[in-house]
Amino acid sequence: MDRRTTLKWMAAAAAAFPLGQFVPLQAAERAREAKPYGTDPKLIDAFHPGELWPLTFNPAQRRLATALCDTIIPVDETSPSASAVGVVDFIDEWISAPYPTQTVDRKLVLEGFVWLDAEASRRFSKSFTALNAEQVHAICDDICYLPKAGADFVEAAKFFARYRDLTTGGFYTTPQGRKDVQYVGNVPLPRFDGPPLEVLKKVGLA
Amino acid sequence: MSFIDAETAGKGEYDVIVVGSGAGGGQMAYTLAMNGARVLMLEAGRKYDPMTETAMFQTPEMAPLRGVDTPDKPFGFYDATIDGGWQVPGEPYVSASDKDGERFEWWRARMLGGRTNHWGRASLRNGPYDFKPHSRDGLGFDWPIGYEDMAPYYDKVEMLVGVYGSNEGLENTPDSPEGCLLPPPKPVISDLLIRKHGTKLGLPVVACHRAVMTRPLDWKNVPAKLHPGNTVAQDILARDMRKRSPCFWATPCGNGCSIRANYQSTTVHLPPALDTGKLDIVTDAMVAEVPLGKNGRVGGVRFVDKRSGRSREARARVVVLAASACETVRILLNSKSVRFPQGLANSSGKVGKYLMDTVGSGVAGQIPLLESLPPHNADGATWGHMYMPWWEYKAQKAGKLSFARGYHVEFYDNRRMPDFYTNAGLEWLSGGSYGRKLKEDARRYFGSMVYFAGRGEMIPNENSYCEIDPQVKDKWGIPVLRFHWKWSEHETRQAAHMQKTFADLIAAMGGRTQKPPETDGAKAIEPGGKIIHEVGGAMMGDDPQRSVVDKWCRAWDVENLFLADGSVFPSNADKNPTLTIMANAWRVADRILDQMQRKEL
Repeated sequence: MDRRTTLKWMAAAAAAFPLGQFVPLQAAERAREAKPYGTDPKLIDAFHPGELWPLTFNPAQRRLATALCDTIIPVDETSPSASAVGVVDFIDEWISAPYPTQTVDRKLVLEGFVWLDAEASRRFSKSFTALNAEQVHAICDDICYLPKAGADFVEAAKFFARYRDLTTGGFYTTPQGRKDVQYVGNVPLPRFDGPPLEVLKKVGLA
Repeated sequence: MSFIDAETAGKGEYDVIVVGSGAGGGQMAYTLAMNGARVLMLEAGRKYDPMTETAMFQTPEMAPLRGVDTPDKPFGFYDATIDGGWQVPGEPYVSASDKDGERFEWWRARMLGGRTNHWGRASLRNGPYDFKPHSRDGLGFDWPIGYEDMAPYYDKVEMLVGVYGSNEGLENTPDSPEGCLLPPPKPVISDLLIRKHGTKLGLPVVACHRAVMTRPLDWKNVPAKLHPGNTVAQDILARDMRKRSPCFWATPCGNGCSIRANYQSTTVHLPPALDTGKLDIVTDAMVAEVPLGKNGRVGGVRFVDKRSGRSREARARVVVLAASACETVRILLNSKSVRFPQGLANSSGKVGKYLMDTVGSGVAGQIPLLESLPPHNADGATWGHMYMPWWEYKAQKAGKLSFARGYHVEFYDNRRMPDFYTNAGLEWLSGGSYGRKLKEDARRYFGSMVYFAGRGEMIPNENSYCEIDPQVKDKWGIPVLRFHWKWSEHETRQAAHMQKTFADLIAAMGGRTQKPPETDGAKAIEPGGKIIHEVGGAMMGDDPQRSVVDKWCRAWDVENLFLADGSVFPSNADKNPTLTIMANAWRVADRILDQMQRKEL
């Protein structure tokens, strides 16, 4: 997002946002310089968010990140919510990373958070994390699909689309996420038999 | 003999120096060492041990950023490539143009085994037409050899490395003799659906050929076939073949394979070659030039020991460059002398010319028939249980197509371990769902995406070449390459044809695509270098005025200098080049051994 876009967002947020009602989240600058892992990292080690570069979220941002993650992937009968399997830590790791894609996302996400809180305040005079489910959906329904987003919500819809990708990207790469979509594999097999009969039948090939 | 340091290498006495340790260098060193030649291999990257360094069962949540691609690891965190990519820190290259369609992106893998550690393992033979393309349609260049010259070496390489596939008797898609191929793996569900509908459209959907062992190698019989009369080599190979395990149908081939089920130079060529005791390897040895001796021959190479930064020399009776097409060209062009002011072996002026990559274009489709299938393990051999060889030779010969050369089709689906991208960008299907609905959508669509990738032949042209940049040097002080690139309409029209073929096939399968197929070939085609099949630059031929090396890949200008990588290719068939690089390297190695025996070298 360039400065012009940022200003557009901020103008939208500020329109019905009486100064001083609550302090909006700030798009944080990096505390320390993040270093890339380089072209020869140890591939067989396990890595955890925060080990390779410092993380970003302050407590307020973390609360908002959690609320939004779990709005996108809530707990259901099949699997836990996104935040329950570490997706907030993953998104923090992502937006703190020293690579071009992630640097773009950092700005998008942190500014998106500011917008969300401002929008929550505008509509309901509360911060986003204080909204009830109905109120959350009222906002998210307006920004969840870019092709149908109203003119005022285009930037917010871009943010939401990216944040949804980060959330699904984080969630479905965990053991719980893999189980949820019923991925079966990553185990050695003595032979490869191809699809079972019930699969062939369902596709009309048996 | 084994891994040695740069200083020790400088004191050694060798028959042959091999520059590079990938498909060409690995095969060259293997064949030479197995036949008793003393070989020094120089590799610009670091030592790499697939047995201990390969991420096998690691899952994305253990990696930084869920293992996504970054500038440090362009094919993802767990990809086998280390110190490699389209950009290598401290080792720049220059593009003569920044226009779309005029850039060439140069992939390098600075590691022992080079890019063989991560490649896709597609192992297709060039067919008879592919060696004589100019004779067939008047474009490009013929090879100075024919299929019959390469065939025995395809046989050998297939038996050595382990290639699965089937014999289908299709035009210009050679069958292998009995005993060469391993059985192909069973198709996955999307393969079967693609075959059903592809066949109706006249597309041949058959077993792919890939360098993955689907059963143990025939260690009792193959060694004697590969090394007749050489019991030492037979014993070494038989022992090593027994240490390789067949595929256990898990973990992506691109990560490398610590059970040695697929081909990497580091798991197939180098272990037996080292067991001969005849091969020394120096890693972190960046060859800068091949100095010309007063006798008009080369006596060795000058290289930079990256660990100390010092310039060193190593000597041998024969020098073989197999540094990858462009790096080999770079070494030649940087080896200037009074006799060869334009670079070694370049009296023809053809060094660097006729650089080629593969034409690439792809389409993704969503197939409702593949939605919500009963869960089952579809990991298989990562991809490529089946493929489509080019099917329009006759129409092309009859002038019914607007481009001269063919492509084959690779395909796969997303019923595989979810990665960061598996459920990204779903909104074209889901209408922007979130919450419980999104979780349902993710379950529904998992495994229902299919991806088609065309891999086609590029015809060499005058506008695609590389040269030495007059200013820029790398961190070792070695002048770098500058690339010039242009596609012709034969390539862009072919890319548009790919788009239409894939969209038609997806529609026939009852599927949908996010966007209509791209009809503008210039937009549909991947940038030069992106498919990482670059070959050419030091073409073999019959005429010293028009080629760099003879049919034995010996420099016309220097009698003890040979090339053994993709640089010598006069054409770049749609068939992935690795198998041909290996077969040709074996052929050239046999020639070198023969000449050494006859004291001609």
